Amino acid sequence: MSSSTARADVVIVGAGVVGAATAYFAALAGLSVIVVERGSIASGTSSRCEGNVLVSDKEVGPELELSLYSQRVWREDLAEHADLWEFESKGGLVVARSASSMRALADLVAHQRTLGIRADMIDDIAGVRELEPYINPALAGGAFYPDDAQVQPLLATHQLLRLAREHGAQVRTRTAVHGIRTTGGRAEGVETSAGRISAGAVVNCAGPWSGELAALAGVHLPVLPRRGFVLVTEPVPVTVHHKVYAAEYVGDVASSDAGLQVSPVVEGTPSGTILMGASRERVGFDRTFSADAVARIAASGLGLFPALRDVGVQRAYSGFRPYCPDHLPAIGEDARMPGLWHAAGHEGAGVGLSVGTGKLLAQAMRGMPTDLDLAPFRPERLEGVMAA
Amino acid sequence: MNAQDDTIRFDGVPVPFAPGQTIGGALSAAGIVSWRTTRRDAAPRGLFCGIGVCFDCLVTVDGARTQRACLVAACAGQDVRSSDPDEPLPLPEASHD
Repeated sequence: MSSSTARADVVIVGAGVVGAATAYFAALAGLSVIVVERGSIASGTSSRCEGNVLVSDKEVGPELELSLYSQRVWREDLAEHADLWEFESKGGLVVARSASSMRALADLVAHQRTLGIRADMIDDIAGVRELEPYINPALAGGAFYPDDAQVQPLLATHQLLRLAREHGAQVRTRTAVHGIRTTGGRAEGVETSAGRISAGAVVNCAGPWSGELAALAGVHLPVLPRRGFVLVTEPVPVTVHHKVYAAEYVGDVASSDAGLQVSPVVEGTPSGTILMGASRERVGFDRTFSADAVARIAASGLGLFPALRDVGVQRAYSGFRPYCPDHLPAIGEDARMPGLWHAAGHEGAGVGLSVGTGKLLAQAMRGMPTDLDLAPFRPERLEGVMAA
Repeated sequence: MNAQDDTIRFDGVPVPFAPGQTIGGALSAAGIVSWRTTRRDAAPRGLFCGIGVCFDCLVTVDGARTQRACLVAACAGQDVRSSDPDEPLPLPEASHD
């Protein structure tokens, strides 16, 4: 066992997109940063997602505020780097299948517009077909969100870490944390498979494993995994132009059901493959293939794009969204253990919310006022809340 | 025995195959290493993994598109065509409800 000791202002545990974004903004702010990752960069949830940067699917409240803030960080602070991660402002199209869904969607859009989200109703299917010629002609209509965007999540994670390294951060992969050092109730660093790292701030960016990491410090953080599958079709000529999903999707994200929930999300990629989601189920960290989840995703996707009926599925992959029982991430210094910070529990919005989270944390770690009030995300709110 | 019994047609050109050989194997043996191009840069593609998981070796076989040449067994008289990445899917008809 190595007995070396390293020192940094900040040690970040987890080299996924949230850890990468936090490392970048902390390093940019002049803090010395060491990132430790037990696997390889993005080997957790960040390599198993679609890279959504959405505002359209957020419930009103702090998460929507964070979503709008994080969008501005992607589009403004990080504008010069957009090509590094294929930032594409492709726009999101929500489609409704019935008159009653259309009424509910119209109410939602009207409310979202009062909150500063750009959204336009499309009152008939003909208008939807102008945006998506292959859409199911039997649907009723939809709404278009021009600010919904996409990044390539692996590129985003790797490039944010590369940029962080250019500002002095160190990244240590294949380095597991097996202890969090505390003195007098204050976190002071981590014990890793490659030695000790002392730091003024330990940041928990361990995604669905954040609860396990917090437990090393005796801190309760009820983050649980919520499995999702993504189907990848064989490559076809460009058929789907935006991210397209059903109006029921928002309800699924916000639900706490443990059973399998599927709501269609379909989008094309520049290479011609089409990605289809989305499933949610609580099965722990079960990585085995689920024919049921995959079949239901395919069937629901065909409800939006019946033209894809004869298109083959090339592969399916799954990942674990990290979620908190109240469906808000835990962001900020833990009042129960100063020196221990969390940036965890972003559910299916980790990529979109990553850079906003990172920028806010860097401000807080520098002792500066944060652009957004982090109180709704305070980790200690989850004390005594059972994982559910 | 007629030599045509042991050939497939690749873009109209007869290509011989050995019994049990895949289309990909037959094309490679004939020195044909690329039969499609990438969508963005038109870079040449053919066999890559050779075991049916990469989806790079796609060909159209007897009208069935997006077949993996490394998996499909060559049969006499097959009409094999290099993939046309620009042929779009058929559009749905407007609903007449």
